[in-house]
Amino acid sequence: MNLWTSLRRVPMAHSACIGVLALAVLGAVAVAACGGGSNSNGPGETPGDGSAAVSPSSAAASSTKAALSGSVTVFAAASLTDAFNAIGKEFEQANPGTKITFSFAGSSTLATQITEGAPADVFASADTRQMKVVTDEGNAAAPVIFATNVPVVVAPKGDTRVQSFADLARPGVKLVLAAPTVPIGNYARTIFANASGANGISATFSADVLKNLQSNETNVKAVIAKIQVGEADAGVVYTTDAAAAKGEVTTIAIPKEYNVVAEYPMALLKTSSHLAVAEAFVQYVTSGAGQAILKGYGFGGAG
Amino acid sequence: MAFGADRPAFGAVALATFAFALFFLLPFAGLVYRAAQNGDVWRLLSGNVVRDALVLSLWTSTLSTLLAITFGTAAAYLLARSSFPGKSLVDAIIDLPIVLPPTVAGVALLTAFGRRGLIGQPIDDWFGFTFGFSTLAVIMAQLLVASPFYVRAAKGGFESIDPQMTRVAYTLGASRTRTFFQVVLPQTWPALLAGIVLCWSRAMGELGATLIFAGNLQGRTQTMPLAIIQAFEGTSLGLDGAIALSLVLLAVALAVLVLFRVFTRHAITMG
Repeated sequence: MNLWTSLRRVPMAHSACIGVLALAVLGAVAVAACGGGSNSNGPGETPGDGSAAVSPSSAAASSTKAALSGSVTVFAAASLTDAFNAIGKEFEQANPGTKITFSFAGSSTLATQITEGAPADVFASADTRQMKVVTDEGNAAAPVIFATNVPVVVAPKGDTRVQSFADLARPGVKLVLAAPTVPIGNYARTIFANASGANGISATFSADVLKNLQSNETNVKAVIAKIQVGEADAGVVYTTDAAAAKGEVTTIAIPKEYNVVAEYPMALLKTSSHLAVAEAFVQYVTSGAGQAILKGYGFGGAG
Repeated sequence: MAFGADRPAFGAVALATFAFALFFLLPFAGLVYRAAQNGDVWRLLSGNVVRDALVLSLWTSTLSTLLAITFGTAAAYLLARSSFPGKSLVDAIIDLPIVLPPTVAGVALLTAFGRRGLIGQPIDDWFGFTFGFSTLAVIMAQLLVASPFYVRAAKGGFESIDPQMTRVAYTLGASRTRTFFQVVLPQTWPALLAGIVLCWSRAMGELGATLIFAGNLQGRTQTMPLAIIQAFEGTSLGLDGAIALSLVLLAVALAVLVLFRVFTRHAITMG
């Protein structure tokens, strides 16, 4: 006898009741959706001024490469989500006939997917280590650094258990980090190690902080989400993530002497079937227009 | 000539079945092939990440299944054998987690039992206790997502019993309890067992709700599916680690299905 024959019959629940539940939920969703509809215009997508936002350099690019067309897939670090969505829209406007599709995830996930043959054209990583995973396998051209980002500590608004960087080591603090394999998780652990034994900070600082670790999240957005809902007292994310959630989180700067600067490398992938568009996108990100958008979201320049 | 006319149709059905079977077999073949090719996979199997995750998965799934049996059997019996006001509402609510993605269950658990949740906030204020990031949160996520499968199966089993049988038992002077154990249970236990297997397997596979509500920490909340996700992400274990962990779950699943068949076949020949 198998699993399902022994179930005999599984009657559906009373359909009228499901209907009532469904109507109630649908109603609530419809009301919420209508109320929230007015603020769906993000930065840089205000109708009407799209052409004004295109800088001279990108306008020039679109005229010299008038024949540019095709769609490319960009694998990008989760921390780039908002900035790259905006850049993608601008790029598509400047180059009619092109389509940019993004896949955002932790850089380590993306690196594994690319190594396993995922059909991507461009890889933008949040650290050089995950980019190295891809270039070591011979899957990418020489990467270029296109942005920088600075790690910060975030705490839920109204949660006072962590008010300074040193507070992270206080017993009982609930700390959430990204897993050590995720770039921001790796940066956080490097920062704690840098601080250990430094002036006025205990030599066991790093060990004390990691004793407070409650969860290894799979990417930076999952870390900030746990802080936004107040589940944890503190987490380490990028400046850009903290800025995007500033209504719900308090940002605590990490002292410069222990902090690191995250460098974002980007590379064309060998498997790309639309090299011309992929190349144009990489150029656009490093151009004045692309850099301006990144800056608007809190990223540092390519330096 | 009806036979001849049927032949192309039969061919199409056979081809569709073959293609479908191939689609199911290939992923597992790929898993086993990669594992056989790569010695690292076997080395990783003996690592403490796999051990911790397997131990945690096994005992939390078993405990949440026991909880599902304890509370779910009563609920299923009541839903199948009696009527009360709001019965169809209860029925529909129990079905919800089956229809919804587990990630929704995770977000829902967070809004109720999270530190700033409906119940979670007062409990934190009064007792200083939080559910998040604890093994209890893992079990709660499993119970919410998996127990409806047991209740569904058990209810189906109870409904298939002829009411005449229990009535006869009562007229012969059997108590309700005795009737349940000597008349109802012997006829429904294959359905209950199927429900237990579905519930336990679903609990073993729980990922979305656990990741959102319980977090991911080795030895405390990192169950097998979470360990697979983290291995896949990482340079520490990598895809080989994900393959090793997946092989373990595949073996567990096969063992459960074989055990189920052995038990129920035994039951049929017995009675």
